[in-house]
Amino acid sequence: MKTNFKNLMAGAAVCAMSSTSLAAEELVIFWAEWDPANFLQELVNEYEEVSGIEVIVETTPWSDFQTKAFTEFNARGDAYDMIVGDSQWLGAASTGGHYVDLTDFFSEHNLAEVMAPATVKYYAEYPGNSGSYWAIPAEGDAVGWSYRKDWFEDPAEMAAFNEKYGYDLAPPATWAELLDIAEFFHRPDEDRYGVAIYTDNSYDAMVMGVENAIFSYGADLGDFETYKVDGHINSPAAVQALEDYKRLYGYTPPGWAKTFFVENNQAITEGLTAMSMNYFAFFPALLNEATNPHAADTGFFANPAGPTGAQFAALGGQGISVVSYSDKQEESMKFLEWFISDDVQKRWAELGGYTAHAKTLSSDEFRNATPYNEAFYQTMFKVKDFWAVPEFAELLTAANQRLYPFIVGDEGTAQETMDALARDWEATFKKYGRTE
Amino acid sequence: MALSVIARLEPGSRAAKRGMSDLAIRNLFIIPTITFLIVFNIFPLLYSLGYSFTDFRASTNAPAKFVGLDNYKFLLNDEFIWRNFTITAKYVIISVTGQVIVGFGMAMLLNRDIPLKGLITTLLMLPMMLSMAVVGLFWKLLYDPSFGIINYGLGLGKFEWLADPDVALYAVALTDIWMWSPFVMLLSLAGLSAVPKHLYEAAEIDRAGSFYTFTRITLPLVAPILMIAIIFRTMEAFKTFDMAYILSSQPTTELIAIRLYKMAFLEWQTGQSSAFAYIVLIMVVAITNIYVKYLNKVKER
Repeated sequence: MKTNFKNLMAGAAVCAMSSTSLAAEELVIFWAEWDPANFLQELVNEYEEVSGIEVIVETTPWSDFQTKAFTEFNARGDAYDMIVGDSQWLGAASTGGHYVDLTDFFSEHNLAEVMAPATVKYYAEYPGNSGSYWAIPAEGDAVGWSYRKDWFEDPAEMAAFNEKYGYDLAPPATWAELLDIAEFFHRPDEDRYGVAIYTDNSYDAMVMGVENAIFSYGADLGDFETYKVDGHINSPAAVQALEDYKRLYGYTPPGWAKTFFVENNQAITEGLTAMSMNYFAFFPALLNEATNPHAADTGFFANPAGPTGAQFAALGGQGISVVSYSDKQEESMKFLEWFISDDVQKRWAELGGYTAHAKTLSSDEFRNATPYNEAFYQTMFKVKDFWAVPEFAELLTAANQRLYPFIVGDEGTAQETMDALARDWEATFKKYGRTE
Repeated sequence: MALSVIARLEPGSRAAKRGMSDLAIRNLFIIPTITFLIVFNIFPLLYSLGYSFTDFRASTNAPAKFVGLDNYKFLLNDEFIWRNFTITAKYVIISVTGQVIVGFGMAMLLNRDIPLKGLITTLLMLPMMLSMAVVGLFWKLLYDPSFGIINYGLGLGKFEWLADPDVALYAVALTDIWMWSPFVMLLSLAGLSAVPKHLYEAAEIDRAGSFYTFTRITLPLVAPILMIAIIFRTMEAFKTFDMAYILSSQPTTELIAIRLYKMAFLEWQTGQSSAFAYIVLIMVVAITNIYVKYLNKVKER
């Protein structure tokens, strides 16, 4: 017993010593668990070859990413040196003192021009138009659509569609066409359904889906400078957008009431739906024959335009920030310098990362690399995002509480829903002293 | 006086040989427990009581501002919070009633001489040995309208157990009943086997019917232990989080624990969620007290 105990102590001592000796040459980046994080690990392995510093990408499932990151921040913990945080966190993390101010780094490397404008605006700057930067745009992302090319190009389907709707069946250019096509392919008795959309009411999943409609219908969540929401989120365009999103829900497969990116990719891989909404980051899996038996028949299109011709998409994606409690900020800055260089950004794109680097993004090489890169390139210039204020989570909760019962539970009307949401948001902004 | 009786050491014991006093032994056992309790239970409890009167948010550096009873006022006036309470009450009633009926029924069936009784009892207890999260995950698959075995077995077609807002809470409660009925069964079985056999013999001699025997002999004698099972299950059902959180995200299944988690760790409204936790605590203590009073009454009979 005693010898066992001695061995145990010796083992623990060795462990403790080796971890401290490693710590000097090790940087930890925290991100959510998804393909881009694996691509980033591949990329940073190359940094070790150049610098000798090992970089580890630590991940956690999306559902507790926010909770885990902020728990660490609130405890002033140094477990992570850098974090690839969501765009909505900028307000909370910058005003909370969790992120290192990168404004000088930004101007020194002229990043406002090196990176695509939309990514700088939404992933890096807080407050809006302040010229203060907190992150380096790392993974550009937005919501796009995938569809079944073989269903769309079937001559019999094309003829039937034309007869019913009076125009040719093709990837939709407008939301009206999207609704027609979803209705056309919705055939529950054939186990075929129209469309897959986001309906998960935790965090920002369903809200991102509804945003796609709201933005393209020409409406906004509110005025990001005055925090006025009445007349924006409950405007006739926004109400119409919500009504049409609910109509789309009627064309989803059975049980489509808690769905996010996993289920929406499954809708295509399982051959369930004609079209599916998802982040561009998840499209590589749809082109992989090993994960999608319909890979050869899968096509992609950007979020369609609304009735007024406006065309926008909800922004996903993240910037990489330095955690202010890390004792390796200098090494982290050196890493970021390497990360933003032209060659590394090009390599990042090759590995499957969605670079925000303007030069790489607009190169023909990138745009022709995959069937969806062109749609991604175009989308990244017309993206809009959710509120990035510190109280964004409360705004999301209110949105989930109001939108979900209407879309999935068929409660109330779209106008009532949006009016109630406007009242909730007004109360929250008032509570934090943003409005009178 | 009583203490000296409790703490008196056996003169021949090893502790006595080492020269440890009665008091030292007592302290050795009690002090770590008390310290643990104070550090991890009492202190956070009081600390969060303080927070519940402030607008503190753990995610910011802003100092906590005293807001008096504002948090409590807001919570008790919020329509969504009341919805969470109603949902939880409904859930507790359905799930505990279901567990008592199923669990007690199983105990009655097992309380006789049948072959392989031990093995059957052990197998029936398997569900409660699983982790709540695991149960949630695989019942989600069982309920799936496209490939779930429940719809297939019952011939329900594409019936939406978890996507239909009106059915989802029952589906979650059903899972809870499946998981925890064995617990009620186990306690009932212990109660049933303690009922003296001669009472039944006497009832038989008096030609009492089986219903009469059940209501006049079995039930009153098992009642105290059944009440304990109900207390435990009510408290647990009140706190249900993981299983419901994994199974469904319907607003109709948002139990108070889920709402509390979201408020505390997604929105980081630390002050307000502390107040919420206190409201829940007071409710659970009150309900438990009612039960315990009733339990004592039952015992007196």
